[in-house]
Amino acid sequence: MTAIITALAALFTRDARIAIRIGGGAMIGVLFFLTVVTLVPFAIGPDLALLRRIGPAILWLGALLASLLTLDRLFASDHEDGSLDLILMGRIPMEIVVLTKAVAHWVTTGLPLVVASPILGLFLNLEPVALGSTALTLLVGTPALTFIGVVGAALAVALRRGGLLMPVMVLPMTIPVLIFGVAATNAGVGGTVPFATPFTILCALTLMSAVIGPFAAAATLRHGME
Amino acid sequence: MALIDLANPTRFLALVERVLPWLVAATVLAFAIGLRGAFLAPDDYQQGATVKIMYIHVPNAWLSMAVWGVMSLAALGTLVWRHPLADVAAKCAAPLGASFTFLALVTGSLWGRPMWGTYWVWDARLTSVLVLFLMYLGLIALWRTIDDPARAGRAAAILTLVGAVNLPVIRFSVDWWNTLHQPASVFRMGGPTIDVSLLIPLFVMGIAFTLLFLTLHLAAMRNEIMRRRVRTLLLTQAERA
Repeated sequence: MTAIITALAALFTRDARIAIRIGGGAMIGVLFFLTVVTLVPFAIGPDLALLRRIGPAILWLGALLASLLTLDRLFASDHEDGSLDLILMGRIPMEIVVLTKAVAHWVTTGLPLVVASPILGLFLNLEPVALGSTALTLLVGTPALTFIGVVGAALAVALRRGGLLMPVMVLPMTIPVLIFGVAATNAGVGGTVPFATPFTILCALTLMSAVIGPFAAAATLRHGME
Repeated sequence: MALIDLANPTRFLALVERVLPWLVAATVLAFAIGLRGAFLAPDDYQQGATVKIMYIHVPNAWLSMAVWGVMSLAALGTLVWRHPLADVAAKCAAPLGASFTFLALVTGSLWGRPMWGTYWVWDARLTSVLVLFLMYLGLIALWRTIDDPARAGRAAAILTLVGAVNLPVIRFSVDWWNTLHQPASVFRMGGPTIDVSLLIPLFVMGIAFTLLFLTLHLAAMRNEIMRRRVRTLLLTQAERA
């Protein structure tokens, strides 16, 4: 049992180290997030009142895109150097391995987004309550985005020219998370809906995807390999 | 003939050759009866003759959901029972399902323009059908991206099953979204209480479209089996050269 935990800890550390060191590191996701938030006022104009109203939605969309676009290399690099086959042949259930890799991805990509979101919310003229509300819902919701995204990452392993296919497949499945994430953020600021309602549903979505995502991804990796 | 006998592609093709002409005839007959019934059916007291779009729109919407169900069963056949023709069935059903969904969206949009005054509105049902259409297209893209048909079949089967889980989630969550953000009610048209004089042609058209799907699906499966045989022959020839 402890051997498995040691192995998983080693896998987690390896994934975290690779994510931090390579390709701009963990900050590349935050940089993309910042770019998206900067682009939006160029597109819709600098009207501060409008930005304040749609600010939470922009932050959620930015977090969603940043998570998805960093996910498709999750298994591909392991597949290329053969370590994915070794892990598949090992004794640890593939579902647990996928779960560990997904958590490592979230800690190195999703968590920096959550930390950066209040600062970026200032660019969008959000009030302090909205900043806190957005950060909290992103904290709970970005793991769901990662767990749903690993299914697409597993499907994208074997594709030579994945391109946009993986985001296209995964985005419809992240729609409920997006809906309830923004709903919870807006409910936290005020309005007729109590904060707890969409927030608990968001928590439920994260928990459900934590189970369904790794199972589906592990099945794909096992069956999809030649 | 047990279902497992149909796992043999040659036997399956023989069955299709026997059954297909009858299915085509049945489809044409069902459409003839349904369209005649649709023409003769009375007008709606509110919508007038425009209600007749319903006879095209509603069966397409039914089938768009039902085809995903068929694909999910085929996906189970691939992953659980390893039925050889299950992935052929899934691959051929996807474009048909996408077409039915597209037709449902287009006919619904054309119906909405005179009735609601707009081609589109982001209410729960329209949005979830649009998401279903996107999922069909993503699935078709996945089928076309992986070369080996067996491997593509397994990957697509998993995506189909995950999508099947997600469809009620989306439908339910979009209901919530629309209620949370847009408390204004959408113009509801012809609720569940449709008069039987309109209901019977609707059911006949539903049967007609289902027969259409069956016919096209079996024909497409036959074509796909032929296509795979050609591919195998080409590969063998290339290996020998």
